[in-house]
Order: sequence, then C-alpha cells, then structure tokens
Amino acid sequence: MNDRARETLLYLDGVTVSFDGFRALNSLSLILQPGEMRAIIGPNGAGKTTMMDVITGKTKPDAGEIYFNGEVDLTRLDESETARLGIGRKFQRPTVFESHTVRDNLELAIAANRGAFATLFYRSSKAVEDRIDELLGIIRLGSKQTVLGANLSHGQKQWLEIGMLLAQEPKLLLVDEPAAGMTDAETEETGILLKEIAKTKSVVVVEHDMKFVRELEVKVTVLHEGSVLSEGTFDHVSADPRVIEVYLGR
Amino acid sequence: MILSPRFVRLWLALAAALALSFLSAAAPARAQDEPPVPVEAAPPAEAAEEIPDDEPAFSAEELEAFTDTALLSLIADLGAAAGDFAATTAAVNALAADGNPGAVPVLQALDAASLYVSDDGVVFRGERGGAGLRMFDPIGGDSLGEIATADATLIAVNNPVRRAIRTAMGSLTLLSPVRAMRIAAAAELLARPDPASLAMLDDAIAAETDAAVRTAMAEARAAILVRNTSADEAERLAAVEILVARGDQRGINALRPAAEGDPGPVADAAAAGIERIQSALRLWGIGQNVVYGISLGSVLLLAAIGLAITFGVMGVINMAHGEMVMIGAYTTFVVQEIIRTTPALAGLSDWSLAIAIPAAFLVSGAVGIGIERGIIRWLYGRPLETLLATFGLSLFLQQAVRTIFGPTNKLVGNPSWMSGSLEIGQLTITYSRLWIVVFAAIVFIALIVLLRRSAFGLQMRAVTQNRRMASAMGIRTPWVDAMTFGLGSGIAGMAGVALSQIDNVSPNLGTTYIVDSFMVVVFGGVGNLWGTLVGAMSLGIVNKMIEPYAGAVLGKIVVLVFIILFIQRRPRGLFALRGRAIEA
Amino acid sequence: MSDTTAESASTPPLRRAGAAVGHFIVGGLDWKALLVIGVLLAAAIAVPASVNSPDSLFHLSDNTTILVGKYLCYALLALSVGLIWGYGGILSLGHGAFFALGGYAMGMYLMRQIGTRGVYGHPVLPDFMVFLQYQELPWFWWGFDQFWFAAIWILLGPGLLAFAFGWFAFRSRVTGVYLSIITQALTYALWLAFFRNDMGFGGNNGLTGFKDILGANVQAPTTRAILFSASAIALAIGYWVCRSVVSSKYGKVLVAVRDAESRTRFLGYRPDRYKLFVFTLSACLAGVAGALYVPQTGIINPSEFSPLKSIEVVVWVAVGGRGTLVGPILGGIAVNALKSWFTGGSTLPHWIVAVVPAVALLVLVLARWKDGLVRTPLIGGAIGAAIAALAFVLPDNIAQWWGAGIAAIAVLAWLITTSPQAGGAAMGALIVALLRNPETAVQLSTYWTFVLGGLFVAVTLLLPRGIVGTISYGWNVLRARRASIDAQEGRDADLTDPEPLPIDGPAPEGRPAATPVGGVAPAGEGAR
Repeated sequence: MNDRARETLLYLDGVTVSFDGFRALNSLSLILQPGEMRAIIGPNGAGKTTMMDVITGKTKPDAGEIYFNGEVDLTRLDESETARLGIGRKFQRPTVFESHTVRDNLELAIAANRGAFATLFYRSSKAVEDRIDELLGIIRLGSKQTVLGANLSHGQKQWLEIGMLLAQEPKLLLVDEPAAGMTDAETEETGILLKEIAKTKSVVVVEHDMKFVRELEVKVTVLHEGSVLSEGTFDHVSADPRVIEVYLGR
Repeated sequence: MILSPRFVRLWLALAAALALSFLSAAAPARAQDEPPVPVEAAPPAEAAEEIPDDEPAFSAEELEAFTDTALLSLIADLGAAAGDFAATTAAVNALAADGNPGAVPVLQALDAASLYVSDDGVVFRGERGGAGLRMFDPIGGDSLGEIATADATLIAVNNPVRRAIRTAMGSLTLLSPVRAMRIAAAAELLARPDPASLAMLDDAIAAETDAAVRTAMAEARAAILVRNTSADEAERLAAVEILVARGDQRGINALRPAAEGDPGPVADAAAAGIERIQSALRLWGIGQNVVYGISLGSVLLLAAIGLAITFGVMGVINMAHGEMVMIGAYTTFVVQEIIRTTPALAGLSDWSLAIAIPAAFLVSGAVGIGIERGIIRWLYGRPLETLLATFGLSLFLQQAVRTIFGPTNKLVGNPSWMSGSLEIGQLTITYSRLWIVVFAAIVFIALIVLLRRSAFGLQMRAVTQNRRMASAMGIRTPWVDAMTFGLGSGIAGMAGVALSQIDNVSPNLGTTYIVDSFMVVVFGGVGNLWGTLVGAMSLGIVNKMIEPYAGAVLGKIVVLVFIILFIQRRPRGLFALRGRAIEA
Repeated sequence: MSDTTAESASTPPLRRAGAAVGHFIVGGLDWKALLVIGVLLAAAIAVPASVNSPDSLFHLSDNTTILVGKYLCYALLALSVGLIWGYGGILSLGHGAFFALGGYAMGMYLMRQIGTRGVYGHPVLPDFMVFLQYQELPWFWWGFDQFWFAAIWILLGPGLLAFAFGWFAFRSRVTGVYLSIITQALTYALWLAFFRNDMGFGGNNGLTGFKDILGANVQAPTTRAILFSASAIALAIGYWVCRSVVSSKYGKVLVAVRDAESRTRFLGYRPDRYKLFVFTLSACLAGVAGALYVPQTGIINPSEFSPLKSIEVVVWVAVGGRGTLVGPILGGIAVNALKSWFTGGSTLPHWIVAVVPAVALLVLVLARWKDGLVRTPLIGGAIGAAIAALAFVLPDNIAQWWGAGIAAIAVLAWLITTSPQAGGAAMGALIVALLRNPETAVQLSTYWTFVLGGLFVAVTLLLPRGIVGTISYGWNVLRARRASIDAQEGRDADLTDPEPLPIDGPAPEGRPAATPVGGVAPAGEGAR
C-alpha cells in the first residue's frame, strides 16, 4: 500500500493500458482529493474513456496502481464491485433502461441491496418513494415518470442518467461528456447541476466543450496520448504552449 | 405494419414456398431423430496386419510361357503315380528339378489334397460341389466342367510326400522368374519360418538380382535364424537387427519367439528390438492420426470457411449453412446422373467433379443470394432472429431435398484418379482425402486472394467495417451484402462436392457439419480466416488424437466440452480482435 | 394479504421477512394472471372429476387426455424458455436437455417400479441392464425406487446442470448468439452421450415399459386424468412463480440486464447472478415439465435431447409471443395442436391448398392497389396461370412438375428482382397447378417439417412480437390513440399525466431555457 495514496479519494499511479501495442494509457498518474471536482480534457484518443474504464474496473491495467478512498485497490474489482463501493459513472452516450418507465429507472438505481434474492423479495417503502419523487423533481421529469425510457429525448435521457447516478448515492461520480448533444440552455443547466453535486461529492468530468469546462471553474487536467500533459486552473492550462500545440497545432 | 409492402412480399414468398412444397411429389417424411452419424466414415482398416495373398495368379502371358509340353507330361506322371507314395514323391521331385514355376499351383493343390486324376488321365484341381466334383485347370485355374466323384481319384499324400512338396515349392517359388512369386515366398517364410528352407533361401539370395526381393529374402532368412538356437550367436544378432530394421508388426511377430526363448544376448536383443519397433510404430500411429486429423481438418475447413464469411465477416448466423453444403453434394449427384444417363457425355465421367465444382458453387450461391434477399436482409442487426429464421429455412430445405430426391443416401461415384491410396512407410493416405486437403488449400488461398486483392474484396471489407461510410462512397451495399452471402454459400456448395466423396449424400448431410463448423469459426476467432484455418486443423487433429482412446462419440463430446470451456475463457476465440473496436 | 400495511423498521424481522415473501407471492397477481391460473385449475379439477361420466362436457377420451396433458407439459417447457428469453434475453437452444433430464429422473423411478414384471423378471435391475449384463445397479440409480428421491432429482438434476453451466457461461460474460450456440452444444453433447449404452440409461431405446406410478397403473384412465390435472396444476404454479418473479424488482432488474447489461453492472448489480438464478429456475421448471411428460407418453429416450427439439420450443415461444408469459403457454399448446393435426394422418384436397396462393395473390393485389392495380401483380398472375395451363398439354409425368417449376422460377426471380409481376406469376402458376386435380388429397404429415420451417421464418419476419405480444401491443396503441384524440379535443381534464402518448408520443425536444436556478438548489441538499 502506497503511503501517498492515503488521504486521497482516488489515486492513480503509473497506469498503463495497451490494446494490441497501441498504448491507450501511458503511465498515467492522477490524484483526486475528497470533495474535489476535476475536469479532464484532451483530444480524441487521449485516453479519457479508457481512464474511466480502468477506474471502474471495466478494463484491467497492464501496469500501475489505482486506489480508492486511500485503501481499496480498484485493479482487483469489476464494474459492479466498484459501483457498490460508491463510484458512479455516466456514459458518453446516454444509456437508460429503455423498456422501463422513468420511475422504474430511478427505482433500479436507488441505493439498496443489489443481491438477486434481496430484489426478489424487495418491497418499496415510503422513504424510497419520497426519494424518487425528490429525484424526479431534480431532473425535472416528474411529469414523465410513466413514460418509457425509449421514448425520452436525448437531453431527457442525459438527465435521467444523471438522476440515476444521484440515486446511487455515490462518493465519486465519473461523468463522460455530460453536455454532448444538448442545447445551449440544457448545457448551462447541466453545469449548474454538476456544481451543486460537487458540493457534497467528488466529481470527475470529461468534456470536449471548452466553454462548459471554463464555467465549471475547477482544476483542469489535460490528457494527451495516454498521460497527463498539463494540470492546473483553466487559465493556466489554456496558456500552456504544449496544450495549445496539441489542440491547435499540427 | 403487417400489410406494409415489404412484408407483403415476404408473406407471399412464404406462402408460395409453402404451397410449392405441397405440390411436389409426396415422399414419406423421415424421422428427425435418427442417431447422429459420426463426422467421418471409419478410417480404412489397417491393411498391414494381414499376410499378403501368397498365391499370385499368373498373368495370361506367364501362363502361356509356363505351360510347355515338359510340364504337362510331368503333371501327367504325377497323375499316373496316384496311390503310390514313392512314385508321387519322385514325380514331385521331378517337377522341382524342372524348375518351371507353373508347377506351383499344382503342388499347392496337391498339398491341400484337392488334386485329382480322372479315370481317363486328366489331372485337375477338384472342388466338391453339386453332384460330384467341379474341375479346374491345375495351372491356370480355368473351369473344366464337372465330373462324378466315382470317375476321379484323389492323388493322396503322406508326410514324406508333403516334405517333398515343401522343398519343391520353396525352390520353385524362391527361384521363380515371377518377381511377385518370389516376394510372396519370402513373405510366407517370414510369417512361417521353416528351418529346412534355409539352404534354399541362401541359394536364392545368392541368385537374386532384384534388391527389394533380396531384402525380403534376407528378412525371411533372419526370421529363420533368430529362432534357430543352434546357429551362430553373432549371426543371430545380425538377424535381429535385420528384423528390427523392417520395423512393422510382422517384424515383431518374427522376433517374438526369440525374445520369449532361452534367455541370453539374442533374447535380450530381440526384446529390445521389439520395444524399438513398437515405439517406432507408436510414432507412426501418431503420424497416421495427424494425417487423419489434417484430412478431417480440411473437411471442417471447407465446411467452415463459407461460414467464416457469412458469420465471421458479415456477422450473420446462418443455420442453413449446412444445407448449402448439402445442396452442393446433391448438385454433384445430379451432375453425375446427367453424365451417366446421357450417352453423348459418357467420356466426361472422370471429369464429373470438375464440372460439379463450379455447378455447386453457382447453385448454392444462387440459393444463398435468394435467402439473403428474401429473409436475411430484413434481419440485419438481430442475430437471434436470424438464427431462428435460418434454422427454419434449414428444416425447409432438408425436407424439400428429401421430397425431391427421397430420404435415402445417394451414391456419388469417385472418379478413377481419386480412388486408391498412397503409402508412405506405415502411413496410408487415400487419394480422395489427399485431394480434399489440396482442394481445401486451393479454396482457402483463392479466398484470401479474393478478399485482399480484388475490388469486390475491398468493397466487402469496406461494407462490413462501416456500412454507412461505404454507402456514402457510392458502394451499393445491398448488392455487396447479397454477393458476399452468395460467395459464402457458394463455397459451402463446393465443400459439398468434396464431402460427397467421403460421406453419405443424404438430406441430413448438412446437420452433421453445422455444429462443428460453428465450433471451428468460434474457436478460431470470428472474422479471421487464418483463425478458421488454425481452428479447423487443430480441432480435426485433436478429434482424431482422442478417438483411438475414447471412441468417436466420446471423443466428439470431449472436444465439444473442451470448446465450451474454451469459449468461456476466451469468448472471442483463438485469434480475437482486440482493442476498442470490438467494444461496440 | 399484508402488502397494504405500511412497513416500518420497528416490525420484527421475522414478520418483515414473512411480509416480503407474501408480497412476492401476491405481487404478480393481476386479473390476467388470475384468469390464467383460474382456467388451469378449473381444468385440473373438472377433468379428473368427470373421468367416469362420459356425458359430461369435461369428459375427455383417453387419447385426448394424454394429448392435452402432453400439451400442458410442453406449455410449461415453453413457459420456462419464455421466462429466460423474453425477460432475461437468454435464448437457450438447449432447454430440451433440462426437460429430458427431468424426464429421465422420472423414468428411472418408473423403471424401478416395474420390479419383477419386466421381461427378464429381475427384481432390481431394469430389463435393459439385464440385457447388457449388468451385475448390479449402478450407483446413480440408487434411491430411485423412492418417489421422493426421484422428485428431488427432477428439480436437482436440471437445476444443478443449469447452475454449473450458467455459472461458467454468465461469469465469463458469454451472451447473445454465442450463448445460444453453446447451449445448443450442451444438448448436442448430452444427446450423443445418452445414445451410448454404457451411460447406464438404456442407450438408444431409453426407458420404457412403465407399469406403476405411486402404486397406480399408469395406463388406467383415472391415473391419466390425474396426471393431466397434475400437469395443469404444475403449469399454473409455474405460471404463478414466473409471474411473481417478473413483477418483482428482481424482474425489473432482469429486464434491465436484458436491455443494457453493462449499465446494470455500473449500477452495482451483478448480471451474472441474476441470470444464473433465472436460468436455474427455468431449468427446474423444464425438468418438472419433462417429469410429468414421461408417465403420460410412457417413454423417455435420447431423442428428447436432440437439438431440433430444443429449437422447436423456441418457435412455440416466438409464435405465442416473447416478453409475455401467457404467450409461451398459448404458443406451446397451439403449435403442438397444429403438429398433431398435421402428423395425425389428416388430408386436404388440393383445392383447399390452392387457397393459400390465392389469398397471397389477393394480399399482393391489395398492397399494390394504389400504384396501379391492373398493371402489376394481376398481369403477372394471368401470365403465370396461362403458362402453367399450357404446360398441361404435355404428358402427365412432365406436366406434374411444370406448374411447380414455373412457380419456383418466378419466386426466385421475384426475390431477386422484387418485381411484383414475378410474384403474381408465381401465384398464378401455383393456383392453376393446384387446381388441376382439385379433388386429389394431400397427405399433410409429409408437410409438417415444411410448416415448421415456415413458422420459424414467418414468425421472425412477420410477427416478431408473437400472437399475444401483437395483440397487447395493438391494444396499447389503440388506447394511446384514443387518449390522444381525447386530448386534442380537450376532454382530458381528469388526466393526471399531461403526456398524451405513453407509447409512441413524440417527446418534445429540449426544455425551456428560462428554468429558475433555484430549482436546482434543492438537488444538492437532496443528494447530501
């Protein structure tokens, strides 16, 4: 156990992943403090999604260590175990359960025993129903709670997915391009929502939209070819000549 | 939605096909549940175990050359001596001294107590049958009619006469001008060593000019020597070496009495020699299994390679793939029937397969295109539904073939250049299997070239990788889909031509191979032709390696279970594509 | 029962557990479920009750009892497949294996009951073992003289196999077609294995020649009626269990796994466990179906393992409607009834068969009505009919094939060129060919395989939801449409849901830009 990992929420050191010789992550190191919100940017193929994959246990790294909460080795866990630890993830393309209603989607996400037999004999309670109503209010789908997931618009699906993320009550949220495909107004609102969430939880946001990232007003990490290129405030990284070269050069 | 135009067409096609089937001549449906046929016909029985026939019949020329007046008069003397053992012995010795190999069958008949002389002095070989004796010419074996038992006398033999016959036979056969007879005599002595023949054998070896015959005689001599405990030890040890060098089951048989005899250096050497031969034979056995395995692997490759295109490249689960193979096999049958029944085409019978290969490709390919246009194109992206629809189709096609051709197996002939077998050391390879290996290799290489080098291959790869982009580039994607599917089905049809040579051509031919073909493709790695090659060969060889220990059925089960476990561990096969591309 | 009382943390755990189970048991019972269970139970009571009163409405003849009893077993098997396919997305092509294993467990019990009445009269060994010169009973036959022991194995045999298989398959994330193929390989391997005499299960001939079940003669009408009612009750219970499973939260997770497996994983569920449970449950149901099937048919042999049988089950489900539970039951009964009719020696005159292409032609004409009725299919039809009619001038043996040949060529041309004339020609030629000898009877048994194959294709292409699924979908669409008309006319004052179209309604894009920021504030608090 690495001493430096103590006191951190998420600790990545020297993480390397390669697919058939192509290095998606190249000795990536990243530290996230409890309660911190972090924006991650980088050009296509910089390894943003792969980074989320290794944190959630979807992909196993070839080398390097990852610790959650300073003590849990994430490289040994799979997706459902990391989710139970309190790592929530929102996908780039919104994925909700299309043949369930909005309400059922939230009910499935709400923190409860995930075991097969526990759900078999599960009974809803007043507290849970209230919590779902509350979440429906937050994501503003209260009027659509009986609509099937398949019949929601793209933006509504994004919001429902964020609502499901909240229902999980995670300690750390990994949000992949939350504003993709949204209208300007929706994007703005999403930013506000994320900032609210970040008051109580740690959040990692991966985003392409520079305007969106600037308005989050948080520390920014720039990834390039699988490792950290630059890190600091938005103004700091946007002034970094290497970042400029990666984004504008070539 | 049910009445939308595109569905109406399908609906109608189904109705038409259904009604069509009602029209066709009724044939009793065959039960679906007959026990499974093992994938391959049993390998040819091991011929090496048997002693070769030691009575080579004379050819017409030889017969003419041998049948001279001297021989005939000597045979007549033998007939005259009937009843008098001393005279008989003299007559036998006279035959031996004459040295005419034509006397061999006569002496054999005499030894077997089937040589008779008729009352009017004709010597013949008799067989009991009918009212009396059937007469055969003692030299050539031609039938000479029948005779009443009372009108003929058996030329009787006792032990001294038998000894004389042996000696005469030995000198006659070992010194015979007929090469086959000399080899047969040597083989006979190897199998049943007779110490009395030793001197004669030495003479024969000294006189022999043919190297192969001399080796055979030396081996026979060695077989006699190793048993002869009174012979010189060094010579016996050399004899052991000669027999070990022979390296087959008969060598072991010749050595065994020495190994089990009195303990001593010879017995030890013989025992060690048997051990060496046996381990060599085990190696040959493994080699033979590898050959069988490669042969089975080629069959699997042929059956699976079309699937590797439709399933591996297009991602279409075609459960009717086996039926494409079956249609190819029936096309072969039809082509041969047409050639056989049309007098004008009689000269083509050796070329029937060469005609059937393109014909099967076209027929199966056309059916494949029909299936793709009619059914599969509505189901892209819905693999489970495709699986069900094509399964139904396979039932349909099987029943259709059963209705048209009948449920029984059809006989498909082998052209002359595919019958017979090739022997290398202790290996036996039938030509039909050898040709299938060659054919599979040609098809495989041609396919690789087609995919890599042709414009169609390029379009095909483009469509499978990114359909929308390909379409935007002006590629007619529906046409490419149909042609690709047709190609895969056509190759299956060609596999059917090959299979018709080694398997029963029946409506169930396809079902025998479909599971194996899927296993090969899945095991090798979907979307990878080389993976299919390796998958087919390894499954074929593993299957044949297990078979001697576990039997055909159990071997198949073992392989199935192995593959199930393998898919669990590596769901994407041996040569999986890795990386981000497959996550989608 | 107690599901209306609000639960609180202060309730004793035992009572809470009881309430949870109660909730599970009654949770799935809506009026449709009660109807299904009611019909099945009524049949289960009425048929044995009227076994000795031939005039009763519910009196079934001996053969009909067996036949319908078999259909009920098949329906239970279809239900078990429908549960995992419709709700779990697991298309098993090897469920016949579980059915057969349950059947073999029952068969072993029935074999042991024969006792000395077998051909060889051996007190312990079944006939086939005596014949194969077994000296003593193999260990895996021990205990099967007891019904309770066999009953345990009816569940345990298929259950354990399914558990072991599923454990490996689901943990290594084998899904979709791959899973289907290896389930098929599973039953294929067992098929090969059970053909072997040295497996100790009777080899090719299987187990047969049963005499008694629980002391009653298996051939007696009363026993048959009771077996029938046992099948009906088993089906009712099976349906009830499935209903409870799919309407619990577990069922919702299962559907979620079916639709987006990786998403459920990121929510912390373990899809492999969920699938494993439902797969095992389904295998047990299939085992029970097999066990009830065997005493009614009087034989169990390796053909039940044949891959074709397993795939047939999938067609029953597809015909009835997957994604429903009533669908598989109806499909299992309907397809098998159809099969019995076809293979039972029925005949149809040619003129009735000719109705099939005639109707098809009619549909083709109707579908083309707008783009020129006379020019397209009808002209093709007339040409096809004319050629076929001309062909009959030829000698009989040739002419018999001409109509069919023309139709076949036209169908091929039609598939490839999509020209409606070709379609019409095919139909026309067929009609004429069939009507040439209108009274000739067609032996239907020959054509069952054609019909079965056609069903596979027809259902997947034309009726992907199945019969029940299509009806309920149509019903929902109709309701939604009515609601939308009502909403347009302003008659929706009492509707709480402002969205008029729960099924197909176009969802409005985006949302008003001017959402008050304050609306978000409670979110943070709520999320804690």
